[in-house]
Amino acid sequence: MSTIVSLPDQSTATLPKRSYLNSEYGLKSWLLTGDHKRIAILYLISITFFFFIGGAMAGLIRLELLTPQTDLMAADTYNKLFTMHGIIMIFLFLVPSVPATIGNFLIPIMVGAKDLAFPKINLLSWYLYIVGGTLTLAALILGGVDTGWTFTTPLSTHYLNTHVITAGMAIFVAGFSSIFTGLNFIVTIHRMRAPGMTWFRLPLFVWSHYAASILMVLGTPVLAIALVLVILERTIGIGVFDPTKGGDPLLFQHLFWFYSHPAVYIMILPGMGVISEVISTFSRKRVFGYTAVAFSSVAIAVFGFFVWAHHMFIMGVSNYSALVFSLLTMLVAVPSAIKIFNWSATLYKGSITFETPMLYAFGFIGLFTIGGLTGVFLGSLGMDIHLTETYFIVAHFHFVMVGGMLMAFLAGVHFWWPKMTGRMYPEGLSKLAALVTFIGFNLTFFPQFIVGYLGMPRRYAAYPPEFQVLNVLSTAGASVLGIGYLLPMLYLTWSLKYGKIAGPNPWQATGLEWQIQSPPLTENFVETPVVDYEAYDYDWLANKTKNEVTTVG
Amino acid sequence: MHYFISPVLWQFLVNWLTHFALFPPEASSIAPYADALYFFLILISLVGLVIVAALVFGFSILYRKERNPEATQIEGSTLLEATWTIIPLALFMVCFVWGALLYFRIYNPPTNAMNIYIVGKQWMWKAEHPGGQHEINALHVPIGRPVQLTMISQDVFHSFSIPAFRVKREVIPGRYTTVWFEATQPGTYHLFCTQYCGTLHSQMIGEVTAMKPEDYEAWTAGSTSGMSLAQNGERLFASLGCNSCHSGNAGARGPNLAEVYGSRVPLANGSYAFVDDAFLRDSILNPTLHTTSGFAPIMPTYQGQISEEGLIDLVEYIKALHSNFRIQQTLNTSEVQAPNLGQNGLKAEPTYTNLHSLQVQKSVQTQKQGTGAQPGVVKQ
Repeated sequence: MSTIVSLPDQSTATLPKRSYLNSEYGLKSWLLTGDHKRIAILYLISITFFFFIGGAMAGLIRLELLTPQTDLMAADTYNKLFTMHGIIMIFLFLVPSVPATIGNFLIPIMVGAKDLAFPKINLLSWYLYIVGGTLTLAALILGGVDTGWTFTTPLSTHYLNTHVITAGMAIFVAGFSSIFTGLNFIVTIHRMRAPGMTWFRLPLFVWSHYAASILMVLGTPVLAIALVLVILERTIGIGVFDPTKGGDPLLFQHLFWFYSHPAVYIMILPGMGVISEVISTFSRKRVFGYTAVAFSSVAIAVFGFFVWAHHMFIMGVSNYSALVFSLLTMLVAVPSAIKIFNWSATLYKGSITFETPMLYAFGFIGLFTIGGLTGVFLGSLGMDIHLTETYFIVAHFHFVMVGGMLMAFLAGVHFWWPKMTGRMYPEGLSKLAALVTFIGFNLTFFPQFIVGYLGMPRRYAAYPPEFQVLNVLSTAGASVLGIGYLLPMLYLTWSLKYGKIAGPNPWQATGLEWQIQSPPLTENFVETPVVDYEAYDYDWLANKTKNEVTTVG
Repeated sequence: MHYFISPVLWQFLVNWLTHFALFPPEASSIAPYADALYFFLILISLVGLVIVAALVFGFSILYRKERNPEATQIEGSTLLEATWTIIPLALFMVCFVWGALLYFRIYNPPTNAMNIYIVGKQWMWKAEHPGGQHEINALHVPIGRPVQLTMISQDVFHSFSIPAFRVKREVIPGRYTTVWFEATQPGTYHLFCTQYCGTLHSQMIGEVTAMKPEDYEAWTAGSTSGMSLAQNGERLFASLGCNSCHSGNAGARGPNLAEVYGSRVPLANGSYAFVDDAFLRDSILNPTLHTTSGFAPIMPTYQGQISEEGLIDLVEYIKALHSNFRIQQTLNTSEVQAPNLGQNGLKAEPTYTNLHSLQVQKSVQTQKQGTGAQPGVVKQ
């Protein structure tokens, strides 16, 4: 089988008369909407807002670390900054990033449905996110919180006088937003698939969101419980984590990481879904080993629940439980390796072009491979003793979550931007942004591996002078990275009015979302689609294009 | 170059770029083992990364659209997929076994290790040597001899990290944790608290000085406080009234403590407990938790009455307790003295709370005069 796909002539494309964007006007029509696409846009705006707040904090952190002394800000201010950076980036940006924006927009369209199963719960989830975000900002404005995003007891319960309860409430509420999103996805994927859309015809994007949704629904309540216990400990002193009352301070970490480790997969799995779509589209090939990739997502979700104690290898857990958790950690690394190799093999005998989303996807593969392999360093028990709680770990999880997830998010935004807005962005500039991000990212975080092996502890406002050169490199990289993130913000906004009209299928991709107009109608499909072809079937697409009367616009 | 910029700045830059670290010193017996695993992990990472990069770049060049306008659809290959499942799995298993061996090596101290106690608090490290040397944010150790650290926190989680030795362990409130190392290179190394512990987390640092054995002997002799930990413990044991029940007499209300350390004691609930540091500490703070078989659970808790240092003194004392002779002597002396002593007597001495051991010295010495040397004399 072979496929030639030629890109459509975009010069003749026009914006459709009716779309979800212009079906109704006014602020109220947005704030009370049940349309998953509008809610996705609401999410996109809000998470971008929080991303830049969290990013500004990262900038300040790096600026403080330019010199070994605590000179730019007091140690307390520094502690509040990295705490807020963590809380905002994880709970208000990374967790909702791909699922709540791109996933929200696309899952119903990809399965051939008009909307998610529970549109009002979807809207509620956005409002909960906003309440959570507002509470976070309140904690910040009232004076900040300096527990670290991990809220380690007994520091958070007995030794700090900052706004721990407000921040805890914020995450508690934002957690429910994530639970509702996950619930909505699971029900939609189970119950609302179009006729002919079997499980194994679903795009891999849907599979990975399904796996992530299970994690959200099962994991987040445990985080909620842990945070409520911290709040109760602070307010009425119930003593669950207090050794003097017979409690166990380590219990908190068990509960916290029982969510927060799967949370890493909540963050990365949807990103992996994006990468599958992008790689397939730009190499015009079905993803190599569709079933393996689909089930590796599920395997990651399942194993992801049984590795939480690898955050606690040095904390006096029993040596034998450390053994078990180390072994399981090694096992969870395997499905990620499978995915990386399958994506690489997808390129084989493809017909590859290098549009912006593809560049971001390549960036993802490189950075996520490094992030994943350094995870093996940390999963290896004896090595973890030296590396944990140092900058090595900081570098590792930034490679996974920023290098991996953020690259995937940007790949996804660039890939589906024409679908969401109906317009293209300037291609040259966006390629430059992808390149700048990649270079800036490596310059920022690679030196941190070295300084981590030297033993520089994380969360230090001051450090020994011999670590300075590496920290200066890191700070320099952060400024490059900052430019890499500002650029898309600018040209994507610009493209809303001035971008070229995209047409329904600018990349010649096979997903259902590309067979409808851009931007889509409120009801997505004029008539319920009947699916009689496999996912990533480029022959089907070629025949379809050949046979149908071209009606662009 | 230095003609164009100020010589001061030039000097600064040169100094800055030539005096920075890239790799930590290998200063303990475990460090070469840790580094070997590290280099192995780097090696497999490089191999993995090179393979992925070769695949991605190779295919991108070979099958770019200009060169290969037609994509050939391939479903997948079970054989290939099995290959790249099993090979990484096998490599990860090697990392697992190797890492586990190293972990057990680092966390299982040899039996001949000398013991030093570490107490962490916001924001300082206190080290207590068995000979009674006290240090703050510093630790002196001999080279060529295994050193075990028994550590506890008196407030939040801390983590005791010596990068040059490649060892680290969480320091937890209410629980002893241990780590050991054998320094090999004399020198001064960083000591960090790596678990975020509040405002001055980044100031909770110190220096570990590894010394040649003879230098260490000199240091030990020069910095002794005059009282070993066990001696402090003996004094506490008497002043807290422990001796009145744990006297070792046949009819005593508490179990005999001589030679109890390292033994297995039967508990009231029928099980046995191994007596280690943690068991002793728990039994002082939370006595009803493990009541020894044959004794009534009448011991009051000492929670909040003894500092962590005091507990360490008591533990050291009980560890070294081989006979009850001195306990009984102290007891007899105080009973003889009791009617005469009144408010100033031993039993009526104020409760020992959070006194730093150094402060204790003087009173201990006066007490020793009172009890040991001149038993009949009433001191005022």
